[in-house]
Amino acid sequence: MSTQVTSTTPAVVLSGITKRFPGVVANSDVHLSVATGEVHALCGENGAGKSTLMKILYGMQQPDEGTIEVAGEQVRFRTPADAIKAGIGMVHQHFMLADNLTVQENVVLGAEALHGIGGKARRRIQELAKATGLTVDPGVLVERLGVADRQRVEILKVLYRGARVIILDEPTAVLVPQEVDELFTTLRGMQAQGFTFLFISHKLDEVRAIADSVTVIRRGTTVGTADPKAVSSRQLAEMMVGSELPSPETRESTVTERVVLDVRGLGLVADDRPVLDGIDLVVRSGEVVGIAGVEGNGQTELVETIMGIRRAHRGTVVLGERDISRLGTLARREAGIGYVPEDRHRQGLLLEQPLWANRILGYQTRRPVSRGPWLDLVGAKKDTERIVAEFDVRTPGIDVAAAALSGGNQQKLVVGRELSGDPVLLIASHPTRGVDVGAQALIWDEIKRARARGLAVLLISADLDELIGLSDTIKVMLRGRLVADADPATVTPEDLGSAMTGAGATSAAVVEVEGD
Amino acid sequence: MGILRGKLLPPVLAILFSALLCGVALVVSGANPLRAFGVMVSQVGEGTTAVDIVNSTGTYYIAALAVAIGFQMNLFNIGVEGQYRVAAVVAAVVGGSIALPPGVHTLVVILVAAVVGALWAAIPAVLKVTRGVNEVISTIMMNGLALGLAAYLIRSDVFGELRGNNIRTPEIPASGWMPGIPLGSSGTVFGFVFVAALLGIGYWVMMNRTRFGFELRASGESSTAATAGGVSAKKMVLIAMLLSGGIAGLVSMPEILGRDHTYSLNFPAGIGFSGIAIALLGRNHPGGIAFGALLWAFLDKSALALDNVGVPREIVTIMQGAIVLSVVVAYEVVRRFELAAQQRQVGKELGTVGAA
Amino acid sequence: MSTSLMNPSEAPSTVPPPRRARRFPGWLVGVLGVAGAVVLISTTSYLTDVPQLTSTGTVQTAVRLALPILLAGLGGLWAERAGVVNIGLEGMMIMGTWGAAWAGYQWGPWAALVSAAVFGALGGLLHAIATVTFGVNHIVSGVAINLLGAGLAKYLSTLIFFPLSHNPRESPAVPKFDTYSTPLLSDWLGDLESQQRVGLSDVAGILRGLVTGVSPLTMVAVLLVIGTYLVLWRTRFGLRLRSCGENPVAAESLGVNVYRYKYLAVLASGALAGIGGAALVLNPGQPGYLEGQTNGRGFIGLAAMIFGNWRPGGLLGGAALFGYADGLQLRSGGKTFLALVYGAVLLLGAIVVWQLVRRRWFAAAGGIVAAVVLYAVYYSVDEVPSELTTYAPHLVTLVVLAAASQRLRMPAADGLVYRRG
Repeated sequence: MSTQVTSTTPAVVLSGITKRFPGVVANSDVHLSVATGEVHALCGENGAGKSTLMKILYGMQQPDEGTIEVAGEQVRFRTPADAIKAGIGMVHQHFMLADNLTVQENVVLGAEALHGIGGKARRRIQELAKATGLTVDPGVLVERLGVADRQRVEILKVLYRGARVIILDEPTAVLVPQEVDELFTTLRGMQAQGFTFLFISHKLDEVRAIADSVTVIRRGTTVGTADPKAVSSRQLAEMMVGSELPSPETRESTVTERVVLDVRGLGLVADDRPVLDGIDLVVRSGEVVGIAGVEGNGQTELVETIMGIRRAHRGTVVLGERDISRLGTLARREAGIGYVPEDRHRQGLLLEQPLWANRILGYQTRRPVSRGPWLDLVGAKKDTERIVAEFDVRTPGIDVAAAALSGGNQQKLVVGRELSGDPVLLIASHPTRGVDVGAQALIWDEIKRARARGLAVLLISADLDELIGLSDTIKVMLRGRLVADADPATVTPEDLGSAMTGAGATSAAVVEVEGD
Repeated sequence: MGILRGKLLPPVLAILFSALLCGVALVVSGANPLRAFGVMVSQVGEGTTAVDIVNSTGTYYIAALAVAIGFQMNLFNIGVEGQYRVAAVVAAVVGGSIALPPGVHTLVVILVAAVVGALWAAIPAVLKVTRGVNEVISTIMMNGLALGLAAYLIRSDVFGELRGNNIRTPEIPASGWMPGIPLGSSGTVFGFVFVAALLGIGYWVMMNRTRFGFELRASGESSTAATAGGVSAKKMVLIAMLLSGGIAGLVSMPEILGRDHTYSLNFPAGIGFSGIAIALLGRNHPGGIAFGALLWAFLDKSALALDNVGVPREIVTIMQGAIVLSVVVAYEVVRRFELAAQQRQVGKELGTVGAA
Repeated sequence: MSTSLMNPSEAPSTVPPPRRARRFPGWLVGVLGVAGAVVLISTTSYLTDVPQLTSTGTVQTAVRLALPILLAGLGGLWAERAGVVNIGLEGMMIMGTWGAAWAGYQWGPWAALVSAAVFGALGGLLHAIATVTFGVNHIVSGVAINLLGAGLAKYLSTLIFFPLSHNPRESPAVPKFDTYSTPLLSDWLGDLESQQRVGLSDVAGILRGLVTGVSPLTMVAVLLVIGTYLVLWRTRFGLRLRSCGENPVAAESLGVNVYRYKYLAVLASGALAGIGGAALVLNPGQPGYLEGQTNGRGFIGLAAMIFGNWRPGGLLGGAALFGYADGLQLRSGGKTFLALVYGAVLLLGAIVVWQLVRRRWFAAAGGIVAAVVLYAVYYSVDEVPSELTTYAPHLVTLVVLAAASQRLRMPAADGLVYRRG
């Protein structure tokens, strides 16, 4: 951490990093070099291994192989404390803040040795707060802060510890566009003061807006470094997804006139704040309707409201001819909705139960897994065998616990189950998030096949190429409203991206929805 | 292999460990642990001990089943203690104040006990569902209230009567008794012990073969997954709690219907907490619970013999406590080990290596 | 059973908007609370004509009975602030009673205190090993420790006390602390109290109860409350400890050794519960150790902590209330206790007015109904049966939980099993 580091010495060099977890390799032979004073973006799809890599750099996990150099010196981080000492700080995607403690307490926690926990620390915080744009009193409880201020507190935390290299893990995921702009202004200001940033993202427009260089990581390994000003988003995207990038070919349309899902005026209020506002949505038989949007703009709530997990405050949901607005989740499932939830571990699976028990979940009232109030174990097991075979779920048997399978195989099981009950509508939230390419291709094929059979599909995804590749219609969601329609045949990820961030339509392929 | 290691090894280890611990304690205090154990085993053949053990097993079994139903969905019904107590008083009072034909009378007493237990459990259940009150705290408080209410109800100026220096509810007439199996000088096996066994079978069928049992287990393992699968968490909390309370209400029935025919101040306390321990030891499995209940009853009843060899019989309470604590630790360790092993095994068998 | 005690239902996907800051400093709330309580009790005493409500004797008894609850509650506070739910307090308290009696009859009350703390801490150590190292569910471990603590005390009592006291359930008599009074102040307050002046005499009676016959134990307990506040809220150690109860993952990411702090917190928790047990043994009204003497006070301590919203000042208030209710009953019986019901009606009346001012019609209606029911009870009953008064704390806690569960703020990660990595 000497101050004489010349600008030619890279701030951080990772070489040959490999990290294995039981059954999977999260990182393999990763190389990354970050120059001092730059904003270096690390790009990759969800599940590409970015987070694991950053946890290694921050000392939260130890690599099985490979070395880390900071300012030219080889280091070994056993705990985050080691990394902090070496001048590395991390702003986690999911804020690491204690709501019930004050801003000051959150900042000084773990670094009390620097300025104590009293007035001196308070003054230091107020000094540093300016750089981050934080204006609240350090004595305020964190629970009273909004998202952007929380992020500033996170940045303040790493500054307070004297970090010179700051890892930002998907910092824009939770921000609205103005806040993203403010963040970028802050970053540039700090960059001028000599801070180095490692910026993790899968949003290419942002990467191009802020980064001085970009390294792409795919399936756990780095595939190359580029100058974001010199390459197109398309090229970057191809680096991210490799040759598997589905080209948005014009396919034979299977869309029919028969309306399967008709959502009208759907509204939802949470914490006195509208989360969904006047949503109108129609999905027809044989049609895939994709919802694009930055995460946290109401997609989760939309899906859960249609599924009856949350109670809408306004509006109707009609499935086929039937108004299902008043029904519970189970009844909606019975009415013919299949549901691939966004978080398979929390919502899709009973991790410690065998595969066949997972087959029953959500279908406990229907054949072949039950008869009346009784379970049909023979039927459940037989049908699980069928799913395992048809959907190529790689497992030693159907009696192993779901937790033992890899992410891709778990997801294949979930998709297989949700296509089993003769659904008329499939709601798929991020169906290929964090799965390997093989599983991704299979899941895409299955969705296409089901669509060809007349299934209506509502697809929510953060992966714009997935959306464009699969959808017949794309709707853009922003702050709880559907703000634009896009034609997947002509739209590019850039167009979608700008519509998603509220920058407005930039091409003819995106049509803003009439309204205020 | 998996079953043996995962399910049977932890309790065996825990019991051995606890026995060792108590053995050491006995040696330190100058007693011979082997001799102590010897007299405990031979005590089983003495007098009515064997039958007492069977009867007590039945009581413990019901309590543990009540707890286990809650556990299946991660609901901590610490309130079995209070539920059975209130149910016992009310059932005894009702049974002692009505006149019905034999059989019907007994049934009414049983029904009243179950309903009162369920109602007492309904309070924390409703508080949890409507106000988000944690059931652990509320059931602990309900236990205290149950003690107070029971003591109040058997006051001689309320429903109770004074007999000698014991205060109790009026005796239930013979029409409200439940016949047992008399074994002469060895004692009488309570009829309700068989009801307890039936409850165990019913519990197994419910948990493993019915939709409701599946929904219960699903809610317990992952409330979010259950919700996405169409299981209403609130409904399950209510039903599970009522069911648990209803069964808890039956805890006192073996003794009230089979021997005491009244609720008195001497009514045994702590069965609810033993039930928690037994449910943990038996891992909510009806067979495991039966074994646990039997072990508890054996330790309780055979401990009487320890006084003869100069060992305080409370050593068995220590042993019971040590068993619970070490068995939960052992289960937790084995569970983690197994999950990691299974993941490794699946990974190895498939040779899949890729980013997850 | 490895999963968390509290299923955080539906984690909000978006962060709630900033809430309006409207907060009084803690000391002000405390002063207002005490003043309000005194006014309420004096008014009740005046309207119901029950002078015992504020008599010196009642307050003295209340203090004695509040101590074990307060100390157990402090124990709960330490553990829960570090994120470990400790319903094993009862068992640790029982071990404390045995430890206090064992050391106390041989070496006097101070030794009793130390020994009780050590025995309680042993229980805490066990709880920490199970919950922190092995990740056992906190409730499960707590239940086991309650069983174990009770068994251990019974066993040791039979083994060691029986030869001395000839009763397996009782220890030999344990010497008590000398008590101290402030003679001049006491007498002056005594004069005031006997003048029977509305309000003034009530305050004098309460104050006199607090300064007359004060046991060193009371002072120790008060110091422990103040010390707990200072350590947990004003030191680096306390900040780290509390961070483990709020967000252990964040704490660990900042270099806090979460396991270590949880261990220390649970050890302190056990020691405090143990001292709470000693407070029972060293109570002048008791000869020494007596089987079953804790009688669920560990749980009431937990209740007092919840009542006090996981803060030392609130806990003090909770313990005072529960101790007061207990003391009143013990001292003057069910008739005077009934006056408390009247006091509750008054309190509800005040709350209803407040809710009406804030236009919370629904809450106000609920308050009115409750007040009417309570008043009907007061009107129709001659005395509250002693069997029920003992459990007034339980009822109060249930009501508080039901009415104010949204306002209670337990540590965010309380009861969750934390695994490193």
